[in-house]
Amino acid sequence: MCLGIPGQIVRLTDEDRQMALADVSGVQREVSLAPVADRPLADLVGEWVLIHVGFAMALIDEKEAEETLEALRGLGEAQETLEQMAESAKSLEVTQ
Amino acid sequence: MRYVEEFRDPKAARGVLAEIARVADEIGATRDAPVRIMEICGGHTHAIFRYGLDKLVHEGIEFIHGPGCPVCVLPMARVDECVEIAEDPRVIFTTFGDAMRVPGTRKSLLQAKADGADIRMVYSPLDALELARRNPEREVVFFGLGFETTTPSTALTIQAAAREGIPNFSVFCNHITVPPPIKALLDDPHMLLDGFVGPGHVSMVIGTHPYDFISEDYGKPLVVAGFEPLDLLQSVLMVLEQIRDGRAEIENQYGRVVPEHGNPVSLASIRDVYEARPTFEWRGLGEIDASGLRIRPSYAAYDAEEKFGVGYAAPRRVVAEPEGCACGAVMTGRMKPTQCAQFGCGCTPDMPLGALMVSSEGACAAYWTYGGARVLEAAE
Repeated sequence: MCLGIPGQIVRLTDEDRQMALADVSGVQREVSLAPVADRPLADLVGEWVLIHVGFAMALIDEKEAEETLEALRGLGEAQETLEQMAESAKSLEVTQ
Repeated sequence: MRYVEEFRDPKAARGVLAEIARVADEIGATRDAPVRIMEICGGHTHAIFRYGLDKLVHEGIEFIHGPGCPVCVLPMARVDECVEIAEDPRVIFTTFGDAMRVPGTRKSLLQAKADGADIRMVYSPLDALELARRNPEREVVFFGLGFETTTPSTALTIQAAAREGIPNFSVFCNHITVPPPIKALLDDPHMLLDGFVGPGHVSMVIGTHPYDFISEDYGKPLVVAGFEPLDLLQSVLMVLEQIRDGRAEIENQYGRVVPEHGNPVSLASIRDVYEARPTFEWRGLGEIDASGLRIRPSYAAYDAEEKFGVGYAAPRRVVAEPEGCACGAVMTGRMKPTQCAQFGCGCTPDMPLGALMVSSEGACAAYWTYGGARVLEAAE
């Protein structure tokens, strides 16, 4: 019910009604830009937004997304390194 | 898909799971003495089961499924009123698909549609408004359902209808808000929770400050979370780290979508169109003060309660839960779905008895869809 889906604004369709065409995974649909229309509408073309029941509810902050991913990848790499260390330790035991 | 696939990376997930296990061990969480974390949002419940996160995390972590599925907490009387409005031959009744199969006392909206009522599933309230434009001789009613995520969409649609002067459009408002039921749960002496995973898209609208009371007054941590598996795992880790460090703060894991102060346009539209009801009835939880919204008198022309004399505009009706249905106990965490005598026999997604089996975000439907067979085998 509260699910949203990322989409990219393709072009404005009706500036008076703050409507635009959005591309969601290759499917295009008209959405309302009203929630994010506290800036010039033309600036929104090309932006990634979170779409919920036909409304662009939020701009997706690319920098924040990257930072979250960096932290997550960091944990993944750390774990991989630890696993490799454990793996090597085991193989060393076998040769001894 | 961008901003989705990256947050499903298995390598990163293994790293976060290992870190969760380390911190859970530091806290001393075990299967018998688990850390209890409530995911408030039904979308999170669905994701936890879909990706099997409950099975992947350290055994000392127990997920308690919160009341954040608007379809599940809808009293049967509201469904009955939807059916009554929809059976009026002047009416085109429009709704999100989620609400179609919720059982009413007499029938669901799906059964009413099969019996000839003009009921249409729409993706957006804007589509309902478009139906009103194209059918000026009919009354188009939209079933306004959902938490703060969805509330701006109906508020903005009502504002658009008022601007254009479309007289044959109205909303049957059953919008509800997240903070009051959390407070009700925290005040319940039977509820033992150690922390919360907060709803991402509700917070996108309201920001993170409406949760301050949870840390300040109740000393519990809450981390606002996104909906991909990595988002949820990272949020669980952040809750655990707070518990380990003796902190209780409101943190935001979902910064790419959730601004600290929410969405100003959406909040302004909600304030313009809606006001809090003194009290609102939740299925399984009962009456909760100031937990529901109604349309302000200035927009009465778009209020289906006023137009059709239903809901809180009519004398209150009390409808008992169906015989044997334990949705209320499951929703408050007093019972697991599989402990309900009806689970999997009297109540399945195809023939639901209770609302928790209807919505894909309901705890019972999630158990059934992603673990039903496994659970039943284990019970035999």
